[in-house]
Amino acid sequence: MLYAILCYDNEDVVGSWTKQEDDAVIAKLSVVTDRLAHAGRLGPVFRLLPTTAATTVRKGKEALVLDGPFAETKEQLLGVYLVDCEGLEEAVEAAQELARASSTNGCYELRPLSLFMPGAVAGP
Amino acid sequence: MNAEPPDPAWIDRTLVCARPQVVGALLRYFRDLERAEEAFQEACLRALGHWPRQGPPRDPVAWLIMVGRNVTLDHVRRQARQQPLPDEALLSELDDAETPLADRLDNADYRDDVLRLLFICCHPDLPATQQIALALRIVCGLSVNQIARAFLVSDSAMEQRITRAKGRIGAGDAPFETPGAVERAERLESVAAMLYLLFNEGYSASGEQVRDRAPLCDEAIRLTRLLLRLFPAEPEIMGLLSLMLLQHARQKARFDADGSIILLEAQDRGLWNRTMISEGRALIDKAVRHRRRGPYQFQAAIAALHASAASPAETDWPQIDLLYRGLEQIQPSPVVTLNRAVALSKVAGPAAALDLIDPLADRLDGYFHYHGVRGAFLTQLDRRGEARIAFDRAIARARTPAEAAQIRQYLDQLASP
Repeated sequence: MLYAILCYDNEDVVGSWTKQEDDAVIAKLSVVTDRLAHAGRLGPVFRLLPTTAATTVRKGKEALVLDGPFAETKEQLLGVYLVDCEGLEEAVEAAQELARASSTNGCYELRPLSLFMPGAVAGP
Repeated sequence: MNAEPPDPAWIDRTLVCARPQVVGALLRYFRDLERAEEAFQEACLRALGHWPRQGPPRDPVAWLIMVGRNVTLDHVRRQARQQPLPDEALLSELDDAETPLADRLDNADYRDDVLRLLFICCHPDLPATQQIALALRIVCGLSVNQIARAFLVSDSAMEQRITRAKGRIGAGDAPFETPGAVERAERLESVAAMLYLLFNEGYSASGEQVRDRAPLCDEAIRLTRLLLRLFPAEPEIMGLLSLMLLQHARQKARFDADGSIILLEAQDRGLWNRTMISEGRALIDKAVRHRRRGPYQFQAAIAALHASAASPAETDWPQIDLLYRGLEQIQPSPVVTLNRAVALSKVAGPAAALDLIDPLADRLDGYFHYHGVRGAFLTQLDRRGEARIAFDRAIARARTPAEAAQIRQYLDQLASP
């Protein structure tokens, strides 16, 4: 079984770390992730840019593009796509195509990455 | 409540980050800046006492507002009645009270609170440096000593300056009513201008000042990020944050070992902060979608093109020239034209660029960069005698030793065959 582990924290506080503090936190976490990687159990790891860089595409007849992160509490996180895009325009296009292809309600939150490590796992 | 006690550094950071929202909310409540600041201090003291023992609250901002308000009300009542109330009883009720309070304080409240707090620092009677000093003290919570060092004055001089500025903004005309749409837009514009000034105080430092003043860039970025979170659909705020991030991303590459400026063309691009550049580019991408042009967006778009070039030769000068033309249209200024001339010299050659800036001679005669740029164009045209005169004028108008040193390099190059 593959598990996604999602990180939540106060982005003001985490964002105010100095480079040294950030490196120290990453070094501590790397002890854990390195062990998982050696065992062939670690898939992609990535870090998101702050929510101020987020854009939300709300599904509907005309997919609506909104500034800011997903902010509803009545919907839940169900999945993640990772798409290589030239810029936001392409990312919005991809999300709008997905929105057209799925008949349900809901949103796609677009978050640019600040760090990406591809990792390798066998699959579920 | 978490089971694990939070570490002191986490508490420190949380208090610093919570400050604008908490002081803003307390100011709305008490309508008195001094009292709001004191209430925040009190709340922080309580937090330092309670959080390590009981774990951090779920919503630190709401906790601090609640405690700051209650402790201050308690002081006021005590002074009125000369009769003490037990503090611990008051605090033990907080856990129950915290959740409904957090629910009531939605984004809309915080948004106007933080904007108001920043806006009162932009009082038109205050000169720009005092606006910035006040924002650093009140909104960021920097110590008087830290601010004094950044502005190269003594602690007591800065203390006086801040006290006087606080007196000027007074309580009388502070804008406590919830602003309408037009007023909110005007406030945002003043605040954005002040934040960019704050950023530039840090960015323009060179030599030995960098250590004390570079943190001003971080503070400006932090406040602008907060502002954007509260006003997520404002393209000019996206542009401003993008601009700051793209400029600050070059920090490590901008100075040599002696603290002299390294020009963009000569910078080691490997030292540029890629994360900040990614964020800056993502933000300008977002802003452009709004199709509401503004000066910060143009400047950010130009900075993004520089940041995207793997080497100076790969810079998209035609596009930068176009963006400067756009900026000239909405914000005509000789300095913008001077900047466009640099882009034009790459696209159409130094003669065309020189033609563009010669008419600016009267208005920009006192400006260091005008003579520096003009000297560079003349050098490229091999008009060495005129170039030397232009560089001499630039040195005479240099504001810092680093600027003068930069021009001396050009003069040395002129002297060598």
